[in-house]
Amino acid sequence: MKKYIGIDIGSTASKVCILEEGKDPVFEVLPTGWNSKITAGIIKENLEKRFGDISDAEIVATGYGRISVEYADKVITEISCHGRGGYEMKGEDCTIIDIGGQDTKYINVVNGKPVDFLMNDKCAAGTGKFIEVMANRLGLTIEELFELAKIGKPIAISSLCTVFAESEVINYMGEGRSREDLAAGVIDSVALKVATLVQRKELQDTVIVTGGFSDNEFFAGLLSKKINRNVSAMPNGRYAGAYGAALLAKEKAD
Amino acid sequence: MADNQQMWKELGMNLEMHDMLCEVLPGAIGDVFMSQENRPAAMDYFDMVLADVHGLRPSELVEFRKNGGKVFGTFCAYVPDEVIFAAGGIATGLCAGSQFWVPGGERYLPANTCPLIKAMLGARFDKTCPFYRLADVYIGETTCDGKKKAYEILGTDVPLHVMDLPQMKRDKDYLKWADEIKELIAVVEKTTGNKVTAENLAENIKKINVKRKALERLYSLRRNACVPISGTDTLLISQIAYYDDPERFATMVNKLCDELEQRVKDGVSVAEGKKRILITGTPMAIPNWKLHNLIETSGGVVVCEETCTGTRYFENQVDESGTTLDEMVQNIANRYMGINCACFTPNTARADDVIRLAKDSKADGVIDVNLMFCQTYDIEGRSLEERCKAEGIPFLGLETDYTDNDAQQLKTRIGAFIEMLG
Repeated sequence: MKKYIGIDIGSTASKVCILEEGKDPVFEVLPTGWNSKITAGIIKENLEKRFGDISDAEIVATGYGRISVEYADKVITEISCHGRGGYEMKGEDCTIIDIGGQDTKYINVVNGKPVDFLMNDKCAAGTGKFIEVMANRLGLTIEELFELAKIGKPIAISSLCTVFAESEVINYMGEGRSREDLAAGVIDSVALKVATLVQRKELQDTVIVTGGFSDNEFFAGLLSKKINRNVSAMPNGRYAGAYGAALLAKEKAD
Repeated sequence: MADNQQMWKELGMNLEMHDMLCEVLPGAIGDVFMSQENRPAAMDYFDMVLADVHGLRPSELVEFRKNGGKVFGTFCAYVPDEVIFAAGGIATGLCAGSQFWVPGGERYLPANTCPLIKAMLGARFDKTCPFYRLADVYIGETTCDGKKKAYEILGTDVPLHVMDLPQMKRDKDYLKWADEIKELIAVVEKTTGNKVTAENLAENIKKINVKRKALERLYSLRRNACVPISGTDTLLISQIAYYDDPERFATMVNKLCDELEQRVKDGVSVAEGKKRILITGTPMAIPNWKLHNLIETSGGVVVCEETCTGTRYFENQVDESGTTLDEMVQNIANRYMGINCACFTPNTARADDVIRLAKDSKADGVIDVNLMFCQTYDIEGRSLEERCKAEGIPFLGLETDYTDNDAQQLKTRIGAFIEMLG
């Protein structure tokens, strides 16, 4: 059976999607670590353990580490892959907001194809990295941060820079503000920055979130309010890039 | 290059620091230019000029000055070379396109100033560019707030005349620009000791028109369905236009165009299967080839630049029918006021230009590239995007500087854009 494999080497996590005729897609995730070449090697070993020889599989690599996947048949940017995967998951034209480890993307999918996109500028604010840094500062895991944020009253964190925002949070901690309120402030600030970014562009009625926090209903709800659209959380949204890569691998082969 | 060392020393340059710049240039030329396949043979001349960028033309300027000639350094497509050459002077662009000069500029300017302006000051104060040493007088212009304030700082170190460019295009603004050109004439006359006359001005209007026509010819050839020359090579030519001898330059461009015409006839393309991109935005001063290189190594080919190192530099000729000095000056003013820079308000004609050029060059998409902190172009990006979308032309807006640290991010954006074009 012919296999189509999408490999998405992100800055934080690497995702793999395996497509086989008549079977549900298989998703896997592992941390990218410090060297994406090594990560790509581990992925290859895992695939070979599972399937034996993979030389006749069609492999598409994407993500910021896409060029490290030397065994890929083709390299496609994460914009095209997220667009394709997100569209397939939602099953209709939509606007995709992908919150990655080091960037946030807006992708507008019309007639099943990405027609416009925007990426945040070189800055960690409004990305997964920001949440990670703040969770560390507050002594929480990312999951705990989201849980606390739900019950807190957001404190405005206005700094546009992650490093300065961290100082801002430290100041609030010094003032004895509660962790819930700070957690709520952190999440609110990310949602606000994402909203500011995507509102420069056309938003369709259907908006989905992909990336690391894509299954988080709370975050999707917050974003809905900020951009005045119905934003859906996607259970497997973090695999949108890998899924899109696998689908494109199949389409290229057909 | 031993002669160059001696010349640079006599020009009072910081040789040690300048050597660092000279060391990186050959590598950059190799990576960007020589790695391209199937280049036109007549690029030889421009390659040679580039390879000895701080030697060849500067040594000519040194000779010229030894015989009493005066050199005028300019920064902008609005400065009319015609009057400088008419007075027997030489106009030379003072390019500022390298990150190498930026830290030097940051000693004088806030970090959030556009890299072009920072590089301008760095090149002067670090003493690492022979052209900046060779210009007797600098001619500035009021095209943005950053430049205006930077000229005040430059003016403490070198004689500098600033032309007050109007920011609107009413009838009185055309007259005002003619007045400014008259003031420039007074400055060049005083500096050179030569008079600008109806005769020598008419001659130099023709001379610069010939140069513009050569570039126009080049740009109409490159946008052929069969693309005979890369955008990267064409950009280099547009950059060299600012400082080469105008007559020799026109001859060399025309020689290249003869070859390109033959290539088009023979169906020789450098861009088989590539997506055609029109670039618009801020100037790309030498040696800034960053975007062209990224686009042309990501499945695209640049078929036109609506920039100051592109069509804004050569479109429209100076009307040659003037007989009196006043008429000629007004004709010159009218030509230069036809350039559509974002410093003007309103500036909808620029969007018209972009749409026209995108259609003429059958561009698959438009990439708007602006230097960081260039506020006017940055703001204009939004309306430009709306216009392009209304015309069904895919549009990508990018902001960058001279550093390479965003190269991967830009590659992703450009790669995705080209994938999107299908």
